[in-house]
Amino acid sequence: MNNLWDLYLQQFKTTFASMVQYRASLVIWMISHVLEPLVYLIVWSTVSLTGGGSVGDYTTRQFAGYFLVLMLVNHVTYTWIMYEFEYRVREGMFSVALLKPVHPIHSDIADNISSKLITLPMMIVVAVGLGFMFHPVIAPPVWALASAIPALVLAFMVRFLLEWTLAQSAFWTTRVGAINQIYFVLVLFLSGQIAPLTLFPKFVQIIAGVLPFRWMIGFPVELLLGRLSPEQAWAGIGAQLVWLLVGYALFRIVWRAGVRIYSAVGA
Amino acid sequence: MNYLRLLFVFFRVNVLGEMAYRANFFIQLFQSMVELVTALLGLAVVFSYTNTLGGWNPNEVLALVGVYFLVGGLIGLVVQPAMGKLIESVRDGTLDFTLAKPEDAQLLVSIQRVEIWKLIDIVLGFGVLTTALVRLGEHVGGWEALSFTVMLLAGVVIIYSFWLILAALSFWFVRVENILEIFQSVYEAGRWPISLYPGWMRFALTFIIPIAFVTTVPAEALTGRLTVETLAGAVVLAGVLFALSRAVWRVGLRQYSGTSA
Repeated sequence: MNNLWDLYLQQFKTTFASMVQYRASLVIWMISHVLEPLVYLIVWSTVSLTGGGSVGDYTTRQFAGYFLVLMLVNHVTYTWIMYEFEYRVREGMFSVALLKPVHPIHSDIADNISSKLITLPMMIVVAVGLGFMFHPVIAPPVWALASAIPALVLAFMVRFLLEWTLAQSAFWTTRVGAINQIYFVLVLFLSGQIAPLTLFPKFVQIIAGVLPFRWMIGFPVELLLGRLSPEQAWAGIGAQLVWLLVGYALFRIVWRAGVRIYSAVGA
Repeated sequence: MNYLRLLFVFFRVNVLGEMAYRANFFIQLFQSMVELVTALLGLAVVFSYTNTLGGWNPNEVLALVGVYFLVGGLIGLVVQPAMGKLIESVRDGTLDFTLAKPEDAQLLVSIQRVEIWKLIDIVLGFGVLTTALVRLGEHVGGWEALSFTVMLLAGVVIIYSFWLILAALSFWFVRVENILEIFQSVYEAGRWPISLYPGWMRFALTFIIPIAFVTTVPAEALTGRLTVETLAGAVVLAGVLFALSRAVWRVGLRQYSGTSA
């Protein structure tokens, strides 16, 4: 346990050092993380203004709130592991990771968290700045704010486990680009990134409820906006726990099979 | 004429090289189709709640999506790969080989790499554009077609010059490949009419990263909402930027020290 703590601490230091070196790539990530929700914010605001001030159950200013909170929730839960993994496997760098006495997922978790310790404050500043421009309405009750914390932690864990598992497809094929793209499209539509899920037809909402994507992004956003009842919040956290278990099981199974199939150059 | 011949030769070399990886064709086809379907579904969701977006009707926005794919394909086909290669070769010194050749170096670096599978995006974009035009029906006349062609060409010249200027920054700063990625994520904003965005974003997308000129402006030309001022402005800007990029390239080249110098 103590060893693991040391590992995380060391990884924090390494990530900090490398992020100070590569400031430009930080800015790039931030631009794409800000721009996408911002574009949809503007599109939906325009639709709402032409439709007399609201679309479905969202007013213009509630759309602003939705997409600004989404911007932050998406940033908190996102991972870049799918790009990283492919590179590691292709370049044979995984051999080094496999020699280490701890599971490689630990250093990835530490790397992810430590980089967000730096980028999240910047994202909050950007979101607040945009808030002055778009006048969002965000009115969560206190209980919703409190339960948003475990919901966010669970959302992060579910997304991390699923994307880490999916990233392992690089063990089997070198063409992970197409797989990743399908995944991103599913996330775009079924997690609430393109529009709040309540604006979709009923059957899409049902599909989104069964699949994990909503529980990684859309659910904490709606919770933070105060749009859910306590029952819905409990049910959502339950769904997150179920997906956490499923994700963990998948991760274990795929990892065992993947490591067996991995062969580095020279092996 | 000689330039065209060179262009053809380079294109042929790239095609021959890529023929060894034919499966890439299907991968790119698949990815482009997914991207297109995503864009269309996005439009479907938005237009299920409204029939006009900032004054644009669904078919006009569809035409814009067509232009977006068409131009995105063009940029991905020649501009982006060539500029990526240029930045790389300034850093590792292989630009020496290009400079030693008895042709204009700017021309050579601009056509040396072609991502031929991006032709798929151009074809898809053209298909979407045609569909949108058929559905728009009688609104597209000779003037629209002509101004569209002119605006498309002006837009491509603007984007090319813009990229060359950015890529030439590598003569001074060496590590600028990140700029390529910024462009990619900002380009997505061009899928919607620029007029939707608030003033500061419109300004940035017109003058800082001139995406408006390759997506919205040609689409405006097609849908008959282009003013003569915008048309003249775009043509002048294309000329000015092209001259400027040539100047920056020349000054930059003097900074280049090569591998052995």
